[in-house]
Amino acid sequence: MANNTVAPKSGLRRRIENFFIGLASAYRFVERFFKEVWFPPYEFKELIRQCYQIGYNSLPLISLTGFIVGVVFTNQSRPSLAEFGATSWLPALISIAVVRAMGPLVTALIAAGKVGSSIGAEIGSMKVTEQIDAMEVSATNPFKFLVVSRVLASTFMIPVLVMYTDFVALMGAFLNVNQNELVSMSTFFVQVFDAISFLDISSSLLKSLVFGFTIGIVGCYKGYNSTKGTEGVGKAANSAVVMAMFLIFIEELLALQITNFFRQL
Amino acid sequence: MQNKVIEVRGLKKSFGDLDVLKGVDLDLFEGENLVVLGKSGSGKSVLIKIMVGLLTQDEGSVKVLGQEVKQLNSKALNELRLKIGFSFQAIALYDSMTVRENLEFPLVRNVKGISKAEKDKLVEGVLESVGLIQTINQMPSELSGGQRKRIGIARTLILKPEIMLYDEPTAGLDPITCMDINQLINQVNEEYNTSSIIITHDLTCAKVTGDRMAVLLDGVFGAQGEFEEVFQHATIPSVKSFYDYNFIQ
Repeated sequence: MANNTVAPKSGLRRRIENFFIGLASAYRFVERFFKEVWFPPYEFKELIRQCYQIGYNSLPLISLTGFIVGVVFTNQSRPSLAEFGATSWLPALISIAVVRAMGPLVTALIAAGKVGSSIGAEIGSMKVTEQIDAMEVSATNPFKFLVVSRVLASTFMIPVLVMYTDFVALMGAFLNVNQNELVSMSTFFVQVFDAISFLDISSSLLKSLVFGFTIGIVGCYKGYNSTKGTEGVGKAANSAVVMAMFLIFIEELLALQITNFFRQL
Repeated sequence: MQNKVIEVRGLKKSFGDLDVLKGVDLDLFEGENLVVLGKSGSGKSVLIKIMVGLLTQDEGSVKVLGQEVKQLNSKALNELRLKIGFSFQAIALYDSMTVRENLEFPLVRNVKGISKAEKDKLVEGVLESVGLIQTINQMPSELSGGQRKRIGIARTLILKPEIMLYDEPTAGLDPITCMDINQLINQVNEEYNTSSIIITHDLTCAKVTGDRMAVLLDGVFGAQGEFEEVFQHATIPSVKSFYDYNFIQ
């Protein structure tokens, strides 16, 4: 007699299946963003509101973190350079480190924690309290209003925040160098700008755009697909941060390889 | 004979292995209040979500104002949705907006070139209809449950719908507020000439607001008719037990 019962899937097989289902769902979400971003109606008012939320409201945290990064990095680098009598290279070393890597990375990680979790939790709670359904039945495209505006705001504001972080970190570094090596501000910043090239600045800004897009789209995706209940909202916020941070590190690695390729040309 | 505004035939919907609707037939006539009763999880909300295209049926036909909902493209579906007001069980007011902004939200997106004066007039008009003009600048979090329900209904009325769908309008409210909401539903029906489907498991709400009842049991309608017809002469044990349970409550 034929056995018609279906054998239960093993845990590993189910996890692999779920992984690919999740990947396909994320791909469709990103694809929908790129389809919808070009066509009206454009939610300018919501975009401005989100830029304010993401940009202006992140300033205190970004300022403090950027300043501390500048001071600590300068302090930690001094002894190594002092061994070779090369403390005069501090401004150049700091500017390269801050502009190429630390500014974008620190800003993106802070924003992933602050902005990514807030987007994930906000959209997640809107989903579970039927606010997204309410938008849909009032003939408004919730994807455009909630997702497109937040992803664009995050993509535009993270590079601005990165430039600001670079400036604050360099100011922190300058105060430290000024106290210890008695270097004037003009000398410090001449050395800073001598050390960095157009490629450093442009690659830093380009990868910041990618980081911003990642933070926005991951937060929105996790919130938009959160399951019912408050537990789902918490999970959406948490996984938005974890996933965004993970992707940011991978993107940083890829950006480094690409920039190095151009540097060697 | 009255016109049918909603016509449902052989509607089936499953979620995984769970068959929620197993062949539902339903008509809503112009100007009537139809109450759909049933236990929690019996598929009442699923039924009205299919009517506005928030969910899609597996089988069967759902015609709203003569249009087959499943076959509409997104533009036509949005045009149809403007003629339907949907009051959610969870109320679904936008937390980050004031009452005024909540009410303006569907207006500014769907009425092209509306002036500020017209917008204010419409917003104040519906708020007066639900008796909450004083809350116009408050945030949803500052309102009571009953007030939030009323504002939710006001938001659906702003586009002057032809059909109102209420999902558990009295759930989680005290008996006095429930009566206020029941009266508001009747008032909306008279003032705005709407046809309504009221989803509830509250028999008082059903008796006060409904012209006709339909009891959803195990995925199909077990009984349909006027209140007395359905309950006081109930022959189906599960319909009788539903009445008895509410009576005891």
